[in-house]
Amino acid sequence: MSEAITADGIRKRYGDVQAVDGVSLSVATGEFYGLLGPNGAGKTTTLEILEGIREADEGRVEILGLSPWPRNPKLLPRMGVQFQASAFFNKLTARETIRTFASFYGIGSRAADAMLERVGLTESANVLTSKMSGGQAQRLSIACALVHDPELVFLDEPTTGLDPQARRNLWDLLRDINAEGRTVVLTTHYLDEAEVLCDRVSVMDHGRVLKTGAPAALVREIDDTVRVRIESGLLAPDRARELLTAAGAVYSNLEDDGVTLALSTAEPGPVLSVLAEQNALRGLEVRGATLEDVFLQLTGREYRA
Amino acid sequence: MTATEPSRTAAPEPAAGPARGDGEKGSAFVGLSRVMLLGFVRDKGTLFFTLALPLMFLLLFGVLYKGGGSTHVKVAEVGRVQVLDDARSQAQGALDALEITTGLSEADALAKVKKGDLDGLVMQKPDGTLVLRFSQADQVKAGTVQGIVNSVVQGANQAAANVAPKYSLDAAKVEDDSTKPIQYLTPGLLAYAIAMGAVYGASFTLVTWRKSRVLRRLRLAPISAGTVVGARVLVSVLVALAQTALFLAVAQIDYFGLKLTGDWWLVLPLVVCGTLAFMSIGLVTGSLAKTEESANGMNQLIILPMSFLGGAFIPLDFAPSWLQDVSRAMPLRYLIVPAKSVLSQGGGFAEALPAMGVLLAFTAVLSAVAWRFFNWDDA
Repeated sequence: MSEAITADGIRKRYGDVQAVDGVSLSVATGEFYGLLGPNGAGKTTTLEILEGIREADEGRVEILGLSPWPRNPKLLPRMGVQFQASAFFNKLTARETIRTFASFYGIGSRAADAMLERVGLTESANVLTSKMSGGQAQRLSIACALVHDPELVFLDEPTTGLDPQARRNLWDLLRDINAEGRTVVLTTHYLDEAEVLCDRVSVMDHGRVLKTGAPAALVREIDDTVRVRIESGLLAPDRARELLTAAGAVYSNLEDDGVTLALSTAEPGPVLSVLAEQNALRGLEVRGATLEDVFLQLTGREYRA
Repeated sequence: MTATEPSRTAAPEPAAGPARGDGEKGSAFVGLSRVMLLGFVRDKGTLFFTLALPLMFLLLFGVLYKGGGSTHVKVAEVGRVQVLDDARSQAQGALDALEITTGLSEADALAKVKKGDLDGLVMQKPDGTLVLRFSQADQVKAGTVQGIVNSVVQGANQAAANVAPKYSLDAAKVEDDSTKPIQYLTPGLLAYAIAMGAVYGASFTLVTWRKSRVLRRLRLAPISAGTVVGARVLVSVLVALAQTALFLAVAQIDYFGLKLTGDWWLVLPLVVCGTLAFMSIGLVTGSLAKTEESANGMNQLIILPMSFLGGAFIPLDFAPSWLQDVSRAMPLRYLIVPAKSVLSQGGGFAEALPAMGVLLAFTAVLSAVAWRFFNWDDA
């Protein structure tokens, strides 16, 4: 499979801030690829360099075999871009908006209306974009990015600010877009979203890529893959350590934040029997590791979106 | 979730191919023009400031200044005044300036003169003495009424003495009859309206589109900067021509009485050049300002002084010479002065062409300045 995107050692500095500090990545054609990290990790700047909105200070980028910088009119019709803030014209309805974007690519109004239908906005076609809900606005902005049938789609935090139901609806749409054979690059600070949608993710922090791989593979790589939580106060942390060690249980990251006592382990069996013996199972929660744990392991700190 | 469908790389879509959807073919130029026109028409604030407010100024000033250019003096004739009646029947020229009311009692007429409703009252005593009472409130009219009545009396005396007048006076004011207020109000306020529309149109398009990231989005669409600028110019010119049509239609109604002369249509290319010049001002403020609020402040700070100093509200003909000099630095002047000339004073290419040259040169310089400060986004 050929590469839709290759980036090699890109760097970007704003004043004193090194926003992107030597990022290299490659995205295969047809892949659903995620750039993951907290706010300020450098995801958006990386994305903007890939899209050709910004020039990298250093490094090399190739998009669909072409250089995105300086602005490359041959490349533009082949890629679709959705921005973090919905970039709409003021005082226009949903239908007028998508028809206008369609016109930039020489696409007729019927195809534009079909795209509106596709994202489920036919009912709201005559609503001013300023009056639309967050979910509607995001769907419209994705429709505007797709209206010219691009091979490569960039989505910058498409589900930020949506309620859970709207997020799930959008996920379905994004999966369909990818299933049609389009390469999709998505930035998100939601770990669950990346886990559900992406074939591969790169975890970013402080302008660098910490790790790249399939979400499941990344999760498997970390040592203690199960997180056990009980209510705080059932067992003092020191007492818990004592008992677990005595029982020969292997664990790590035991912490009590006053609400929850949590620990990570590869073998939950011995841990759970110790807790059961102490009758300390209230509020018990056992779950496999997630990208959140990957992030914790990679950065040594809790993930904060 | 790796795509199970065959990869699309084999046959990439041709760049910016022809309309893939049926239905009307999309054109970026048409699409953008429509967006800008809808943005204008649907924004009540913009409509008010570019159309309604300047038109209200025209109506208001038109009504206030109406008659300001004439020397009509209202006089009551109390009882019968033989001299006046004789003069009127002989259709003496001096009486043209008098508007004579009859049928009022002396007390009523006097009250009206005191109130300022009438400029004077005339009556004749039985011994032949002509009595004139006038108010000093309006000195010009006081002078006029005395002069006219005096000349009527003189004429009557000469006639009574059977002496043919040896000297006669042919008096006419220097302002030719055609400088009625509507003639300078129309081009002045029209230029103000066009400046408001074009400056705001350009600057707000830049600021709001930059803020909402539409500019970035446009940059990622396969359309040229020329298409965007061209659409904006088209829409601003259409708005300016609509303003022109509206102003000329209102000014020509009988009440205001603007009379167009020969090459009045030259106002149209003048308006187009003026629109370009004002748009270039908007491009500069729109490139410098980060928010609508600051763009608004800058625009007002430019438009209002430019309008006063450029002669939009006060005719430059009566302005002191220093103001005349200052006005030469105001682009508005190069629309107002030639527009006034071609609209109603018989001006032609000689008046219009040099001004158009100045406006276009101004446009070129300011557009270059705007380009220097232009940014696709805030970051």
